[in-house]
Amino acid sequence: MASLSVREALCTAIREEMQNDPDVFIMGEEVAEYDGAYKVTKGLLKEFGENRVVDTPITEHGFVGLAVGAAFAGLRPIVEFMTFNFSMQAIDQIVNSATKTNYMSGGQLGCPIVFRGPNGAAARVAAQHSQCFASWYSHVPGLKVIAPYFASDCRGLLKAAIRDPNPVIFLENEIAYGHEHEVPDSELSNKDYLLEIGKAAVIREGKDVTITAFSLKLMDALNAADLLSSEGIEAEVIDLRTLRPLDTETVINSIKKTNRLVSIEEGWPFAGIGAELSAMIMEQGFDYLDAPVVRVTGKDVPLPYAANLEKKALPQVEDIVEAVHQVCFRKK
Amino acid sequence: MTNYGEEGIHVGSAAALYPRDMVFAQYREVGVFLYRGMTVTEIINQCYGNHEDPGKGRQMPVHYGSKQRNIVTLSSPLATQMPQAVGAAYAFKRVPNNDRCVICYFGDGAASEGDAHAAFNFASTLECPVILFCRNNGYAISTPTSEQYRGDGIAARGPALGLHTIRVDGTDALAVYKAVEKARALAIQNKPVLIEAMSYRVGHHSTSDDSSAYRPVEEIHKWTQEENPVQKLRLYLEGKGLWNTDSDKKFAKEARDLVLRTMQEAEKKKKPHWKEMLEDVYYDMPPNLQKQMNEMEKHLKKYKEHYPMDQYQSE
Repeated sequence: MASLSVREALCTAIREEMQNDPDVFIMGEEVAEYDGAYKVTKGLLKEFGENRVVDTPITEHGFVGLAVGAAFAGLRPIVEFMTFNFSMQAIDQIVNSATKTNYMSGGQLGCPIVFRGPNGAAARVAAQHSQCFASWYSHVPGLKVIAPYFASDCRGLLKAAIRDPNPVIFLENEIAYGHEHEVPDSELSNKDYLLEIGKAAVIREGKDVTITAFSLKLMDALNAADLLSSEGIEAEVIDLRTLRPLDTETVINSIKKTNRLVSIEEGWPFAGIGAELSAMIMEQGFDYLDAPVVRVTGKDVPLPYAANLEKKALPQVEDIVEAVHQVCFRKK
Repeated sequence: MTNYGEEGIHVGSAAALYPRDMVFAQYREVGVFLYRGMTVTEIINQCYGNHEDPGKGRQMPVHYGSKQRNIVTLSSPLATQMPQAVGAAYAFKRVPNNDRCVICYFGDGAASEGDAHAAFNFASTLECPVILFCRNNGYAISTPTSEQYRGDGIAARGPALGLHTIRVDGTDALAVYKAVEKARALAIQNKPVLIEAMSYRVGHHSTSDDSSAYRPVEEIHKWTQEENPVQKLRLYLEGKGLWNTDSDKKFAKEARDLVLRTMQEAEKKKKPHWKEMLEDVYYDMPPNLQKQMNEMEKHLKKYKEHYPMDQYQSE
């Protein structure tokens, strides 16, 4: 067993895939000389050279366009966004070009590209640096959207994303980069350690309520589950891992057992991931529900800067516990 | 969308390239595609969206694409093809002994997009084998160039961003040929080039436009009579004894007949099988689309008399 940080897990994934396939290359602001704004690409410039680790000028719209063109011509780019907030500048290239072109060209032009970077809130970086884009990108047919948390999942899913012929959005989290998790040595030494995109994982079994979460909120979900356990409520926690395609089967199987669902996400409530889960569970698992689905989300405001306000605007462990209480003790 | 007035640009530039060079275009370059081997039939099939269209009827008319002819499928958002062209050139450059270049066509209006600036900048900073070809035809729908920019056209932006640049008479097919020939020689050495070809958009922007609303008929006339690229090339060939009025009449009639006949045939051809609607969203069809396809199949079986099934390809 080894202790691997999320950051290191991502770095090994990128390095191994670049060793495996000469067409894979990474580009973005600060990825080369600076070793990455968050050091995720540390050491890659030294190992692969500037032809394959490319520092770009400051134009997301521009360099995403460049990457899309390179993908059309046969390369396999990994594009790093310093934060997914900046991907908004490039969203036309991502959605209209990278995602839709395979369809609109009648299957002639695929775009095997991975867009990765930190998503959602960090710590006190305010509204324009804290938005969660899970919902926006999950909306689009043609894209795959992955949002893992544990180091092992980050490594296996990033490798799978890089090998996938479809365009993939890979949502990371700045605070999670430093988190360390145990990873078996056999996994670390396996250069072909790939996880299946589109499969959720039950990381804590329980019989009283199903809690779904993804990315950093997994920690809060697990902490809430511990607190609830001391009250006699056993929560089953599901790490969604992939948002599009969403693994509804795993969630439904859990609902069959627990009959209650609390969905957790950091982003805004309207048209969020919880909204989609609610609709899907209602369509496919209505008969198993003993209570309406409750969504725990960020507050419907641009994220404030002040520490006390930021805390109130983001979902906390107490919010999850309260939501579970709602769902468990709801009277008809 | 028509291409009147820009024939010199299309044919002159396409003739100076090789089939292995990759083409990114905007939407007013049909002559380039015809020169590179796209047939009238393929072009018209795309416009009708019938089952023979390689694009499978999924795009608006004139959004042609042909992988085997190295023509990247046209995309509606303006100028997005520009950084993509630079990216493709970057991919070519990485191959040892590369002998392929990329040409990217864009209009005077599209050049105002942020993507254009990024493309110029990246072409030069990454030293890519790319020719960025601006078709300055005087209008972007109703916006004349006097309102599109106040600088010295698009050519002035090239040197500012480190590109070899040339401005050429777009109505002179031979001048355009020479310019692209020289540009290609530079591009292949990883020295990207910006070409600004001056011409005039004789037709309306599209069938949704009536340009008499924003420009005088006399102006259109002037460019049609005095600066007609087809006429200029014809006079040159006649001067060399390679062409005459009779061959011109004959050729024009043949071409017209071919197009009209092809349109009639294309109209009769069936549309793609309805299942094509659900293919190619992803590389492999995901379960949710498979499910929708099965539902659609059942639905059509039950209610087929309500749908014009005979217009579509069947199994």
